[in-house]
Amino acid sequence: MALSLSAMRSAPFSAKLGMSLILLYAVLAIFAPLIAPYAEQEVVGPTYQPWVAPYYLGTDALGRDVLSRLIYGARNTVGIALMATGLAFLIGSTLGLVAATMGGWVDTALSRLVDVLMAIPSLIFALLILTITGTSVVALILVIAVLDSTRVFRLSRAVAQGILTLDYIEVARMRGEGLGWIVRREILPNAAAPLIAEFGLRFCFVFLFIAALSFLGLGLQPPTADWGSMVRESARLISFANFSSWQTATFGLAPLLPAAAIAILTVSVNLVVDWVLHLSSGLKD
Amino acid sequence: MPTKLSPIPLLVLRRLGIGLLTLLIVSAVIFWAVELLPGDIATEVLGQSASPETIAAFKEQFGLTDPPMTRYLAWLGNAVQGDFGLSLANRRPIADLISDRAFNTFFLAGYAAAIAVPLSVGLGLLAALYRGGLLDRWISGTTLTVISFPEFFVAYILILLFSVQLGWFPSLANVTPDMTLADRLHTAFLPALTMVLIVAAHMMRMTRAAIVNLLALPYIEMAELKGMKAWRVIAIHALPNAVAPIVTVIALNLAYLIVGVVLVEVVFVYPGLGQLLVDSVAKRDMPVVQAACLIFAATYILLNLVADLIGIASNPRLLHPR
Amino acid sequence: MEKLLEIRDLRIEGRGSNGWNEIVKGVSLDLHRGEVLGLIGESGAGKSTLGLTAMGHVRPGCRISSGSIRFDGQELVGASTEELRKLRGRRIAYVAQSSAASFNPAWRIIAQHCEAPIRHGVMSRSEAEAEAVRLYSEMRLPDPDQIGFRFPHQISGGQLQRAMTAMAMACKPDLIIFDEPTTALDVTTQIEVLAAIRDIVRNHGSAAIYITHDLAVVAQMADRIKVLLKGEEVEDAPAREMLAHPKEAYTKSLWAVREFQASPRGPLPEGPPLLEITGVDASYGTHKVLDRVTIAAHRGRTVAVVGESGSGKSTTARVAMGLLPPTAGLVKFDGQMLPAKNRDRPRSMLKRMQMIHQSADTALNPRHTIREVLGRPLEFYLGLRGRAKEDRIRELLTEIELDPDLFINRLPSELSGGQKQRVCIARALAAEPDLIICDEVTSALDQIVAEGILRLLDRLQRERGLGYLFITHDLATVRAIADHVVVMQNGRVVEQGSKDEIFAPPHAAYTELLLSSVPEMDPDWLDNLLAARQA
Repeated sequence: MALSLSAMRSAPFSAKLGMSLILLYAVLAIFAPLIAPYAEQEVVGPTYQPWVAPYYLGTDALGRDVLSRLIYGARNTVGIALMATGLAFLIGSTLGLVAATMGGWVDTALSRLVDVLMAIPSLIFALLILTITGTSVVALILVIAVLDSTRVFRLSRAVAQGILTLDYIEVARMRGEGLGWIVRREILPNAAAPLIAEFGLRFCFVFLFIAALSFLGLGLQPPTADWGSMVRESARLISFANFSSWQTATFGLAPLLPAAAIAILTVSVNLVVDWVLHLSSGLKD
Repeated sequence: MPTKLSPIPLLVLRRLGIGLLTLLIVSAVIFWAVELLPGDIATEVLGQSASPETIAAFKEQFGLTDPPMTRYLAWLGNAVQGDFGLSLANRRPIADLISDRAFNTFFLAGYAAAIAVPLSVGLGLLAALYRGGLLDRWISGTTLTVISFPEFFVAYILILLFSVQLGWFPSLANVTPDMTLADRLHTAFLPALTMVLIVAAHMMRMTRAAIVNLLALPYIEMAELKGMKAWRVIAIHALPNAVAPIVTVIALNLAYLIVGVVLVEVVFVYPGLGQLLVDSVAKRDMPVVQAACLIFAATYILLNLVADLIGIASNPRLLHPR
Repeated sequence: MEKLLEIRDLRIEGRGSNGWNEIVKGVSLDLHRGEVLGLIGESGAGKSTLGLTAMGHVRPGCRISSGSIRFDGQELVGASTEELRKLRGRRIAYVAQSSAASFNPAWRIIAQHCEAPIRHGVMSRSEAEAEAVRLYSEMRLPDPDQIGFRFPHQISGGQLQRAMTAMAMACKPDLIIFDEPTTALDVTTQIEVLAAIRDIVRNHGSAAIYITHDLAVVAQMADRIKVLLKGEEVEDAPAREMLAHPKEAYTKSLWAVREFQASPRGPLPEGPPLLEITGVDASYGTHKVLDRVTIAAHRGRTVAVVGESGSGKSTTARVAMGLLPPTAGLVKFDGQMLPAKNRDRPRSMLKRMQMIHQSADTALNPRHTIREVLGRPLEFYLGLRGRAKEDRIRELLTEIELDPDLFINRLPSELSGGQKQRVCIARALAAEPDLIICDEVTSALDQIVAEGILRLLDRLQRERGLGYLFITHDLATVRAIADHVVVMQNGRVVEQGSKDEIFAPPHAAYTELLLSSVPEMDPDWLDNLLAARQA
């Protein structure tokens, strides 16, 4: 396996930094109720408090603790992104590998369908569907998973097609192996590295996508703590940023906090993906 | 050797046909998706308590009495002529609502593209030329970071820096039809810059990758062994063969601009199509959503079509068949 | 004679998975003006790496660790990029193995030809173009006035290789490096290219380094031969002297591999042929690739199908295996009709006919251990499991002369090329087949390794009475192992018969051309052949 422990130990600093940050986010998301000083939707004090104890990152327009909401946001935003990506992968890679292996009309039909879905920009398509279904978490996950599975389909189909030209596939076919064996035992082990890297990239994309929808007010709905909607709620404050005093400065920086939380996670994932890609390409030659 | 006819006209026709067909299917998807809406548009808009007479009048006004197929054909036929019907929200012709805004959106996307494309292709070539060097690593690091940022994060940092702190550019890009070009460019600078930063990083990385992928090929080594200078190897030997992948990446990113424009318009309150789309989605104003989706999708399909056509035209095997 | 190139104690390292390892281990070399030096060795001998350093070029991932390279008095180790650039293409030129990959697909051939003389300031464009046309006609390219204005994909491989040699001559260099220039070509094409290269090098008095793994080719081209083994020099002597009296044991072993002969045969067994292909047509799309092909293979016998690329010999194998359904004709196995498609054939039938591919690298799944590779057919065809399967895997490994304890847990990446091909043979044996189709199984291997594989196949045939359908382009292999020979050209069987019938005159015209084109070790072979063909 490419991601063995020894490989991790010899990873470059950037990849290690990425992995540590991802670990930190995971801990925050999993143990949010234990770590966060206040509850997710609790009004704890006056509105727009500066960054002083006990509100280390201040309070928002409704007097809720920003730090607590950020921690719970990790749970909600990342959780939904993971679920949507996972589902997209399940659909996309299964169909992609099967389409490539079977070829013929199955491949043609699936590929044409994907072509059509991809001919509509995904944000636009998502907006269209969400107008119809209304904004709910389930609809959100399903819409994103289906839209994103088209890209996973393309990649896994291309990877599988590359592998299918190799003689060992012909050997398996000549032996009389069925579709299941060829996909699971011959193709999948060799397609794992690019698919893992793609999972990272797709996760970033989905995560940014959900954040964008929430920012537009069409993703997760209040009062659920979510980084995208937190940016939206505090967006106007940026114009009042003023570095003359601690209080005014922190006040104006409020929208940047959740935005930075998003950015740092995607940068971390990208750093790790970059390294995994480098590792798997380096192993080839 | 017998020379065959060039396969290019046939390929181009085929690709055009596929593009048109896709557009047709996409328009059908956009139209029928709304048809599948649970419930009824009239009740949805007028509320449960509306009298049957009001509903009938509403249906009459929006042409909802005909069977769906007839309405689809009528909708498509009118849309091709620039008539998208009436808005549910304010009952005005959608074409009037859209025309100024569509111009603004394409102006912004074009503005960003005019800066981003030459900048990123140029820097991508430089990074490939000095690969492994300081410039390359700096570009690679910066682009990896910027690529991971959400659009609104970039936007707010730019606002904080150039608008709030330095006061060079307005944070609200409220362009009006009577502005001069210079004013327009100044007002729309921050949204354009945001989009440049978002797409340029990706384009640069992909341009570099397209060139670097070629550098391991024997004909590049051959050019080096003929004593050609490094820039010549890149510009004359690698670049012509990388046209197709680079153009594809540019098209992909221009298409992404069309989508990115939605978010950026919202952040900067820029009066464009994206802003209108988001508002209409919130109001569930279906005809407007459909019209905006159709325009965005058509642009997207058109860009991909152009990229494919350039790809076909830059392939020497197709241009000069045996 | 004046010394042109002087390499002293050169060491080159390559970056591997565990740090830097030496590829060239202290080789010295002298080359005089107008002299042609043949560099021979098997893969991994470092001959290409050494050849390229004569231009001061090391491939990415390699570095010169010590030693000196002096070209016409100028030191190349540590020379600046600019100094090297001025030599390359102008005074030292390079001819690569694959001309199709070494010409830029985006530009016309003559534009690439003229690039070096123009950019180095040797000639103007019009002078360079006129000179190019003159060189094209000297290289005996058809239509020399026009051929340069074509794109690389528009002309054939043999022509392109000659165009590349012409391109190397563009600035009248003092030294040309030929890196296996005819390896990728068919034998009948190779002759013309060899003759053209040799004449042009002689006429212009250039010095040359000719890198190849083919002794017979180097015998025609070189004044002096240097033999390399694993980055070290084995022997260096004038060509005729070395061909007549090789001194070192390794050199002698290279000379000797061509003498292998399959074991003697008993009488032909009774009954119908194992595999019977009768009047088969096949096409890829609308392109017809097989035209009424008839071949039969018997138990305990080897049928060699021989032909050049595009002759349809591998397609015949694909039809037999059911990967490409024929458009006409019959395929029978042991007297029974075989369904046209592989997936319609019952497992008991699939088991009896196995195939071994040319490239063991791609025929083994890189993620499966040897145990999995050999275990699967045992399980699939014979239903073996657990202990019985494990024991059988070990027996198979012993049979192909690999130590089970050492190899059973390895991945293909931990094996050498010859070992991989042995594992592929074991995988075919695991099914306990009656017939094995061998598709160019030795072409990707070095001669000594290939001979080991042939000996193994011969032993297995003797012990088990296997039938072989042996597909190859190499007539030396045919001579070594075949009972029956089928000569194919353009999808047709040109001639077939017992080995003695085919190799003894009178031949069909194409067989004659094929047989006479195989280079021989005699240094005068090319001259004699050309003289004979002229007459």
